[in-house]
Amino acid sequence: MKNRMVNVRGVSRLFGKTLALDNVNLGIESGEFVALLGRSGSGKSTLLRSLAGLDTPSAGIVQVPNERMVVFQEPRLLPWKTAIQNVELGLRGNRATELARSALAEVGLEHRLHAYPATLSGGEAQRAALARALVRDPKLLLLDEPFAALDALTRMRMHALIESLWKRHHLSVLLITHDVDEAILLADRALVIDRGRIIASIIIDLPRPRELSQPGFLFLRKQLLGAIGVTDTQLPKSTAADSQPTPESTVLPRSIAMA
Amino acid sequence: MQISAPALLDDPASSLSIAPSLRRRSRQWLRALSPLALLALWQIGCSSGLISSRTLAAPSQVIASFMELTADGALQHHLLVSLSRVAKGMSIALALGGGLALLSGLSRTGEYVIDAPMQMLRTLPVLALIPFFIIWFGIGEVPKVALVAMAAVFPIYLTLYSGIRGVDPKLVELAKVIGLSRGALIRHVILPGALPTALVGVRYSLGISWLILVAAEQVNATSGIGYLMNDARDFMRIDILVVGLLIYAFLGLVVDILVRWLERRLLAWRPSFVNAAA
Repeated sequence: MKNRMVNVRGVSRLFGKTLALDNVNLGIESGEFVALLGRSGSGKSTLLRSLAGLDTPSAGIVQVPNERMVVFQEPRLLPWKTAIQNVELGLRGNRATELARSALAEVGLEHRLHAYPATLSGGEAQRAALARALVRDPKLLLLDEPFAALDALTRMRMHALIESLWKRHHLSVLLITHDVDEAILLADRALVIDRGRIIASIIIDLPRPRELSQPGFLFLRKQLLGAIGVTDTQLPKSTAADSQPTPESTVLPRSIAMA
Repeated sequence: MQISAPALLDDPASSLSIAPSLRRRSRQWLRALSPLALLALWQIGCSSGLISSRTLAAPSQVIASFMELTADGALQHHLLVSLSRVAKGMSIALALGGGLALLSGLSRTGEYVIDAPMQMLRTLPVLALIPFFIIWFGIGEVPKVALVAMAAVFPIYLTLYSGIRGVDPKLVELAKVIGLSRGALIRHVILPGALPTALVGVRYSLGISWLILVAAEQVNATSGIGYLMNDARDFMRIDILVVGLLIYAFLGLVVDILVRWLERRLLAWRPSFVNAAA
């Protein structure tokens, strides 16, 4: 346990009377890629925010390295700064611009250095946000559903990019997602969180690079979906975990019938 | 970037795409035509004696007076005096309104101390303060500049304050994640985020300051456009009054162009400008 990067012990978080995190324990080893799966409101974002230092738990211990960076679901680039200005913002020293340039080159944006965020595509903006995190040389990278707003093709490219960056920079990664396939493609270990408790931890030992047609993939998916509480019969083929009927979708047929 | 539904359909309606542009061009002609027609009517009305010269001066006479006033340099002199009053008043308003908005926008204490009195003061009709300003500041330059500053300060304060409070909290959170200092947060995140709103205030203030100046310059002034017009009124020089009005209209246009230019430079990152440039 000497190389433990994240150590969370007995963490709880109360919002009013709601228990968002309920006695959570979590360890992430150095260089480990952990995916955290859960439905909306399961507490997964609250856990990430407490690791990022953006939220203070009501109880428990959170030990994280100071060298940690977050990439959010939205790129959160400053719209009035170009890509490279966004990446170098807050860096000290006279090599800042140079570092920012090479970070952007690493994520494949060397041709968009001076573009304003408004002109970047969703995938480009998210890559710039990644470069902004990487340029600060983090030991721990916290990813809060960073691919959720991207189209399927862009998401696949981002998966490959994240995997290669993770290897090259020896990062510890905590990826929050509601996409079971994404977790199996990328993570060493997938955790399932539900109502503020981590209810399952599943080791994913498929050889990399992984793909959906790999032997063992379907078994892991069934296992994870089972842990989340979704059985195969509830699911159309190959979709994400969050396909429980929502209030909107149950209301929809009625409104169509009225129209 | 407009997609018109008929153009997507494979039918003879494709000729429709020409018709709107023709119609738009002819409409533009109409736009220029109607003011010209009005001007012509005005001239005809005056020349034929339908409009008495005591009611309104003819356009030709207005042009003649304009030439006369510029020839002896009187108009330029008055214009410069007015411009410098607006410039001084606006500078004070920018410094004061900007400073107060920063204090109350960036700190809760500042908000408690500053915001309530500002909200109360802004409802006062500035023109009703003219007697006070004369009692306090005399009849020289000071009350005129002070009135302009007093009127222009509120739009600047209000818009910058609400611009600061309206900055996206997600960006502020990001600044925390990447470890920006408070100074850097204000400089790189909060002020640029508040700028678009604040520029609306600047535009509004510039408009107001001219308005107030006309009134201020009609009290014990010996120079300025307002004085020129006041003087013209005393001598029933309707032609000069019209010249004064035209100057104000022209200045309004110039101010608008200036602020638009500023917006294009300072807000080059905005999607509307970025797309227009592409």
